[in-house]
Amino acid sequence: MTALTGAVVPRKYLPVLVTAGLFAAMFVAGGARYEGFFSTQVVLNVFIDNAFLLVVAVGMTFVILTGGIDLSVGSMVALATMVAAVLLNAGWPPVAVIVVVLLIGAGLGLGMGCMIHFFEIQPFIATLAGMFLARGLCYTIGTDSIPITDPTFTAAAQTQIGLGGGLWISPSVLIAVAVVGVAAYVLHQTRFGRTVYATGGNEQSARLMGLPVARTKLGVYTISGFCSALGGLLLAFYMLSGYGLHAVGLELDAIAAVVIGGTLLTGGSGFLIGTVLGVLILGLIQTVISFQGTLSSWWTKIFVGLLLGVFILLQRVITARKK
Amino acid sequence: MNRRLLWPAVVLALLLLLNLLFTPGFLSIEVKDGHFYGSLIDILRFGAPLVLVSLGMTLVIATGGIDLSVGSVVAISGALACLAISEGTGVLAAVAVAVAVALVLGAFNGFLVAVVGIQPIVATLILMVAGRGLAQLITDGQIITVTDANFKVIGGGYLLMLPFGILLALVVLAATVFLTRRLALGLLIESVGGNAEASRLAGLRSRGILITVYAFAALCAGIAGVMVASNVSSADGNNAGLWIELDAILAVVIGGTLLTGGRFSLGGTVLGALVIQTLTTTIYSIGVPPETTLLFKALVVAAVCLLQSTAFRSKVFPQRERPVARPATTKDTTEVAR
Repeated sequence: MTALTGAVVPRKYLPVLVTAGLFAAMFVAGGARYEGFFSTQVVLNVFIDNAFLLVVAVGMTFVILTGGIDLSVGSMVALATMVAAVLLNAGWPPVAVIVVVLLIGAGLGLGMGCMIHFFEIQPFIATLAGMFLARGLCYTIGTDSIPITDPTFTAAAQTQIGLGGGLWISPSVLIAVAVVGVAAYVLHQTRFGRTVYATGGNEQSARLMGLPVARTKLGVYTISGFCSALGGLLLAFYMLSGYGLHAVGLELDAIAAVVIGGTLLTGGSGFLIGTVLGVLILGLIQTVISFQGTLSSWWTKIFVGLLLGVFILLQRVITARKK
Repeated sequence: MNRRLLWPAVVLALLLLLNLLFTPGFLSIEVKDGHFYGSLIDILRFGAPLVLVSLGMTLVIATGGIDLSVGSVVAISGALACLAISEGTGVLAAVAVAVAVALVLGAFNGFLVAVVGIQPIVATLILMVAGRGLAQLITDGQIITVTDANFKVIGGGYLLMLPFGILLALVVLAATVFLTRRLALGLLIESVGGNAEASRLAGLRSRGILITVYAFAALCAGIAGVMVASNVSSADGNNAGLWIELDAILAVVIGGTLLTGGRFSLGGTVLGALVIQTLTTTIYSIGVPPETTLLFKALVVAAVCLLQSTAFRSKVFPQRERPVARPATTKDTTEVAR
């Protein structure tokens, strides 16, 4: 069977195709089983509920493609909601708040990138320190949930953009889709994107080829920090509050989405569309569980873990064949 | 002193000194009701689960791997033990079941890494995510409370005037040191971590060794899980052992074992775990708001890792390289000469 698909489509697309097939199968199976599942709005709701995760996972894709990892994203998201809430309550204009939050995210990301590149600290440890730092900053700002009452933010939370036929999406979905579009362009059409793949494939070779590895590594962690902050803003739109306990464990969801999307954790191979599908699958699992009604929330974790296992085995088979 | 142990030891000493400034009686140990009491004993007692998990993690990291699933294993084993006891099983049998299941989970990790050939961080990520769900499944999302006095001993009781947990951690430490330093196992682990392919060509069964270390890590996590559950007399599938894998990895790294594998230091790991526990205790005892614990942890982690990074040292203190590797007496002369 793989020989057959290998003849029709290049093998590098195989993991993404499997993910897409799985998504379609889950959707059809859900539709056959549950009343009212088989509708476009269900898919749109997955986007609406997971817009922030999508943005975060996009940033994570860049980092993982270079062979690194970013554990700090969940805490960064929480920090972004917290800073936004506090500044808005202090009377700052929303635009200034958004700019400051994004700058903080990108700045912290750049800082971790510097630790990783210049001081040769493993990404795992450096971003772990970043995770503690961001979460710690949240709790230092405040331990309670801070409500956001700013009109711009509430408007962003409540606006429904109609797509005709009774379908609608939230502004956050537009932002997330725009981020995906820009990221896909950067990753697949620009010199920076090629360098990201080259660095992940073999950092030393990339350096010997004269590619700007340093700039690229700093770049991907900055992008990840920026995306986390943006994801945090989207979460703030969604939740309308800033809280230090928002998005606990989000880094795992983001990593899982990227892996399920067919990106190799060793770096150098994967596509952004895979990450989008990965996020959709995670969202669909939650939708199925809520439609089922009798399954408890922890089944989400078990299913996600199983799926991870299946996809990792699949990747293993594919890479083993390549040799 | 071993140079790799220098920085963690300095940090630990500084933390203890800081405590002494704020709480004059911090280092004193009293005997009350036939037991030892004091802040130092508390640090050891609350640090015991972390020490255990970190010991297992050290061996995994020494093979060039990493085990993210230990936190979930802590939760699963605690949940199993409490569930069994609440259903009337004897304490010993319940603990045995919990630890045995942990061992199986570890062997599963080892199988994925050694036989299937998946990267350790990914292979253990599966159990990290799914395991948390399994633990909640076992407890049915509730917190199982047990009131068995014998079970309470493991995490909260005393033996020979010392908390039982400390003794348990010591026994595991001694066994690990014996297995890795008195037998060839440690050498084999280091050689697999140094170069798995070369060790295989040299005739080592690296598969067996990998499965052993992952099973051992899960075993340690299983014991720690029982200890944590016993200490609070309950099992919480959601929060037991949450983020302990990160603390354990930190303890190992602070202890001077490189994440790239190869040489490892059990003493360093114990020091690292104690540094982390002391840091937590210090934050409470000197009256810093507990919310900022993570902030301090981040700073200490960053500082220790930067100090250990050769790249950082050579960039920030360029002229200070090398001469320090000699005995302490020559260090003074080089300092003066500089």
